[in-house]
Amino acid sequence: MSEFIQQIINGLSVGAMYALIAIGYTLVYGVLRFINFAHSDVFMVGSFVGFYSGKVLGGTSWAGGLGVMAASMVGCALLGILIERLAYKPLRSRSKLTVLITAIGVSMLLQNVGQLVFGTNPQPFPDTLPATTFQVGGVVVSSKDLVVLGFTLCLLGALEYIVLKTKVGTAMRAVAFNPQAASLMGINIDWIISFTFGLGSALAAAGGFLWAYKFPRIEPFMGVAPGLTAFVAAVLGGIGNITGAALGGLLLGVIETLVKGSRWSTWTEAIAFVLLILILLFKPAGLLGRVQAEKV
Amino acid sequence: MSLPTAVHRRVFLGVAVAALLAVGCKPSGGGAGTGTEIPVGEFASLTGSEAAFGRSSHNGTVLAIEQLNAAGGVLGKQFKLITEDNQSKDGESATAVKKLISRDQVVAVLGEVASGRSLEAAPICQQYKVPQISPSSTNPKVTEMGDYIFRVCFVDPFQGTVMAKFAANTLKAKKVAVLTDVGAPYSVGLGTFFKERFVADGGTVVAEQKFTKDDKDFKAQLTAIKSAAPDAIFVPAYYGQVTLIVMQARELGITVPLFGGDGWEAPELLQGPGAAAALEGCYFSTHFSPDQDSPRAKEFVKAYEAKFGAKPDAMAALGYDSALLLSDAIKRAGSAEPEKIRPVLAATKDFDGVTGKMTLNAQRNAEKSAVIIGIKGGKFVYTETVNP
Repeated sequence: MSEFIQQIINGLSVGAMYALIAIGYTLVYGVLRFINFAHSDVFMVGSFVGFYSGKVLGGTSWAGGLGVMAASMVGCALLGILIERLAYKPLRSRSKLTVLITAIGVSMLLQNVGQLVFGTNPQPFPDTLPATTFQVGGVVVSSKDLVVLGFTLCLLGALEYIVLKTKVGTAMRAVAFNPQAASLMGINIDWIISFTFGLGSALAAAGGFLWAYKFPRIEPFMGVAPGLTAFVAAVLGGIGNITGAALGGLLLGVIETLVKGSRWSTWTEAIAFVLLILILLFKPAGLLGRVQAEKV
Repeated sequence: MSLPTAVHRRVFLGVAVAALLAVGCKPSGGGAGTGTEIPVGEFASLTGSEAAFGRSSHNGTVLAIEQLNAAGGVLGKQFKLITEDNQSKDGESATAVKKLISRDQVVAVLGEVASGRSLEAAPICQQYKVPQISPSSTNPKVTEMGDYIFRVCFVDPFQGTVMAKFAANTLKAKKVAVLTDVGAPYSVGLGTFFKERFVADGGTVVAEQKFTKDDKDFKAQLTAIKSAAPDAIFVPAYYGQVTLIVMQARELGITVPLFGGDGWEAPELLQGPGAAAALEGCYFSTHFSPDQDSPRAKEFVKAYEAKFGAKPDAMAALGYDSALLLSDAIKRAGSAEPEKIRPVLAATKDFDGVTGKMTLNAQRNAEKSAVIIGIKGGKFVYTETVNP
């Protein structure tokens, strides 16, 4: 029994990071209806910004750790806005496929520039936040797991607040609903789209920082595997739906962990994808997604 | 389309193309042997996840070639080393070796450390009849690929036996767990040989868990291992993931020693906060230790330190030996033609390398002793030598 509880805790802690990345995918999709494949590489850049700012700040403390995380979130928000302005904005009137392929190009660009700038050897990530472990019965909980879960929940709450309660959030939803009508109502679409990219990229950076904090080996291709899983999580939860993405991430993390801990461990990915196919067969819009009539 | 947007896009494309070109084109050695030079090919993981292996091995090879050339080369000709980087990626080694053979017309190929990547190159070397000498791939399948494939290190059945005996006799373990990387032939092979021997000697394997190359989270597997309560955990994997595995095991409250094979040996194993502390009391087997007490080894350690400013590890020593063996074979054959080198290489007997005297057996594998290294006080400490 304690083994099962332990596995659930392990799963939730990985799933929380998938959730953070998945929200970024879903946020951009919700507003622009396209998958930003460069998202997982912004995640990678986030952990490298954390790596360098952690070296500059040095030491292990809550204030320092939060500072490092804030630095990588701001850095990546700017990167996200820059990518949107340079690569996606000129293509806004083109077909979605053009933008999608550009996103794949940007992803490769970030990986290859990452190799040049950061080097390809895995780097040890500095300790930025203090870490201890707690023992409850036969279950061991690392403070790292609690930090990751806690941060994810806080960021999720903040995001829900921004999207549902603030003026910018209302504007975001308006743009998602109908860009032309929104712009007729006096909403600056360019600004709102930039803001969406900034927000999504900041979440990816937070995910990157927490990932590196938990698994302290970082390299330019580190975003590929978690990025793919998070994308699946976003689809699983119903792409475009923030709570759905978070739920999908946590669910996928737990399932992955339970399979890995069993004797079918080599089938982990296969089982995750079979599950995705099954869910999409019965709920084509994902767990929390709503089927929308196509606008003609 | 407004002008600024078009300009933006052009700038963006320009940056993209420049970056891709910079990554895509690596300086490459050109041309065939000119008559005064003997071209020797090397493929190594100079960058990427096993870069520490590739760099060490490459440094050892470079040192050997320099020393050989300084001493007048062989048959009155100088060696010319042409190196290709496979970025530790699957699929790159085949391309690299094809290029070395067809464009650079090398007389022999040296490489690789990882068995999986040596296995990629071997069929090509065999097909073109160019001898390949792997410095440190220990999976038996590598030399089974054909009679042109050789190695200067021991094989995993021996390494597995050494570690099974070490677990039973020194660690006093009766129950062990095994955690392997299913994507790496090295890991799967060594894990199997270890298990067979350990069980044959009366021990039990209480848990077997698997992971893949991209995994960073091992807590699921380690939790399952923990509930099986082993006395020790055998992890035949590469250093990059080993550090994460051991750190996560300690986080989960697993206090028993973890131990593995030569895939552990890299300075990176102990790098990063908490890594050295987590690995304290763990052991691994390898081919060579700079603390070994042999005059040949001491001479090599001195020359290596003078050139690279660091102590050589086993990969460096084997990289060095692979180049020396090739030179020796060319000298004995009296020719640098690939097809004349092969039979002479196969007949190598009592060759005096820095990793010990070696004789190549009928399977073209070197028979020699293994070294066990322990991690104490954040350092690699020579523990014992095990003879075949």
